Amino acid sequence: MSGLGIENISMRFDLPNGGSVQALKNVSLHLEAGELMSVLGPSGCGKTTLLNIVAGFLAPTEGKITLNGHQVVGPDAERGMVFQQGALFEWMNVRDNVSFGPRMKGQKPAEYEDNVNHLLEIVGLGDFKEKAIYELSGGMQQRVALARCLANDPDVILMDEPLGALDALTREKMQSLVLRLWKETGKTIILITHSVEEALLLGERLLVMAPRPGRIHKEYRLPFADLGVGQDLREVKKHPDYNATREEILAMIWDMEEEIMGRTEATS
Amino acid sequence: MTGFLILLVYVAIFAGAYFAVKFLVRGARKDFTSLKTVTFGDESAVVSNRSASIISILTIFLIWGAFTGSKMVPGFLQAPGPFVGETEFVYTLDDGNGNRDDATVFVRVYDFGEDAAQFDVAPGDGFAKDDSLSMNASRSKTILFDKNDEVKRKEGAQVIAIDGQTIGPNIDLETDKGRFALTDKGAISYTPPLGVQMDPVYLPPPEAVVSRLIEISSEGYRGSDLLTHLGYSLFRVVGGFFFGALLGIPLGYAMGLNGWFRGWFDPIVEFMRPVPPLALIPLVIIWFGIGETGKIILLFLAALWIMAIAARSGVSGVRITKVHAAYSLGASKWQIMRHVIIPNSLPDIFTGARVAMGVCWGTVVAAELVAASQGAGMMIMVASKFTLTDIVLMGIILIGVIGFGIDMLMRWAERVLVPWKGKG
Ligand SMILES: Nc1ncnc2c1ncn2[C@@H]1O[C@H](COP(=O)(O)OP(=O)(O)OP(=O)(O)O)[C@@H](O)[C@H]1O
Ligand SMILES: [Mg+2]
Repeated sequence: MSGLGIENISMRFDLPNGGSVQALKNVSLHLEAGELMSVLGPSGCGKTTLLNIVAGFLAPTEGKITLNGHQVVGPDAERGMVFQQGALFEWMNVRDNVSFGPRMKGQKPAEYEDNVNHLLEIVGLGDFKEKAIYELSGGMQQRVALARCLANDPDVILMDEPLGALDALTREKMQSLVLRLWKETGKTIILITHSVEEALLLGERLLVMAPRPGRIHKEYRLPFADLGVGQDLREVKKHPDYNATREEILAMIWDMEEEIMGRTEATS
Repeated sequence: MTGFLILLVYVAIFAGAYFAVKFLVRGARKDFTSLKTVTFGDESAVVSNRSASIISILTIFLIWGAFTGSKMVPGFLQAPGPFVGETEFVYTLDDGNGNRDDATVFVRVYDFGEDAAQFDVAPGDGFAKDDSLSMNASRSKTILFDKNDEVKRKEGAQVIAIDGQTIGPNIDLETDKGRFALTDKGAISYTPPLGVQMDPVYLPPPEAVVSRLIEISSEGYRGSDLLTHLGYSLFRVVGGFFFGALLGIPLGYAMGLNGWFRGWFDPIVEFMRPVPPLALIPLVIIWFGIGETGKIILLFLAALWIMAIAARSGVSGVRITKVHAAYSLGASKWQIMRHVIIPNSLPDIFTGARVAMGVCWGTVVAAELVAASQGAGMMIMVASKFTLTDIVLMGIILIGVIGFGIDMLMRWAERVLVPWKGKG
């Protein structure tokens, strides 16, 4: 069976004080190769936990993850990760960061050089190969992180709020870049975000999660990601369904947040 | 008294220079900071004033020179020094029967360290005869004036006045020629005016220290030349630090990466960390004697815990996202160690190394003060036993300069080797 299978995942954290948190309960999902899915949900609903389980950093208390038929037991180069920030190696320059994966596999510079240069051109950092990481802006750093992930040629790319720390304008450009890379490379991508707009624009499939316990609330299949590939994202937002879907999801999340607030107020 | 005066002069120069510089370079600054309206409380707006630093250093040498009679400080800036030269005073002797006679004492006061040569004077007339006195500045001297007189103190003769002013067993005299007092046996004790300069025994002038430096670097001290002394100290520091780092860094890594290591060594490290290395000197001397082995082991122990703790916190300080990123890029455990954990811990290790070098340098000097046959600390310890204050000062200055140099070197190495420090 090809694709990424998330099969009946539950995750419970035992707390030091004897209690426990049910971060995820019976989450099941299947992604075909090349699908792009965005994940939305109120804070604390288990999005990061789910991504960490898929990446192999956490073992679920129940269920399993499969990729192309084999079970995931730990982190591996087949599943790349792009973090919100601070995951680049500041003791290496841009090029060495991007070529990190190939180098760890023991490839010679001649083998990876062309690909690394090509990726740096795509993300618009062709002239910054020798720069130190701390000399780059936040947006440039995220582009390095993207290129680093792609240079390793993973089957699945997992992104946890990769654009969360960027300003609105840079963010928009990065969104176009993600779409373009998705189409060009055909990777399977899961992207967590807090922005409903981003989830709509970058989600071929859009997953809304609900908290306590973390579970799938609703799933959408949307046309916007495909539309956005060759087009200005602002044009996509004029699509007749766009605003309606946005309002619907906003209301949904708003209700959930309200419920959480109400519950914490009641318990405190 | 002199100390108080020096403090007063120092504060005056501090304040005076402030206003002088402020007046002279008013409005010279035109950078971004000068446009800030909130400066008090904004630490970044406090820029070290370069003129203040320069004047501060000059002031130290100026005061040092002025209060020690340095030849490098122009005369008008000199603090009044102790009296040097020729003077004389007249004492009035009572023979015990009411007869009085005057006699003059001719005094020659020589500079510190000069030979106070005896000289003769004509005795003059009367039963009290004139005397001569030669002495060094800042000292007191007792004059057995009646050696040549016709009546002796034993026979009841006693001094009743100096220069016409009454003096007695309980009456001291302070004139502009100096201080006079009578000893228990009736002899005259004379102290020429002291001035407010420091006695060279307490504080020699800068040029004395410089000439000592030249003398010792060419002729050596206690059998070894200056570079050998300093070289021994440095060698011990580098040796002790090297072994401390060699063992401490892997130990710290092991403690940062493995629960068994951490559990095993935590109590030891946490116990040894607050023990000052100086407290180990006696034990190290008992165990290893005063030779090189003992010193290097002492410095090894001083550096070991600091380096272990620095390496441990370097490992603990690695962002988990970096480790996760490396794993999902396909790195093995060993590659994570080599490419993520070690480079990530280098800034912490450098900070630890700077601290350890400072502690080692302080400890080596202290250990040499206690027992050594070479070394900077040994030099000043032996010199202090002979009150050779200039050597003591020279040693202290050299120790300070070398300690500062070591720190600068470490900082430079840090800038070059871990430029990403604090930028993660
Ligand atoms: N290591 C842990 N130990 C205990 N509880 C944890 C741990 N990690 C996560 N949790 C809990 O699991 C729940 C889900 O956390 P998670 O970080 O996955 O949320 P999230 O959806 O990513 O939130 P956000 O949008 O704020 O990033 C939270 O209630 C959190 O408190
Ligand atoms: Mg999260």
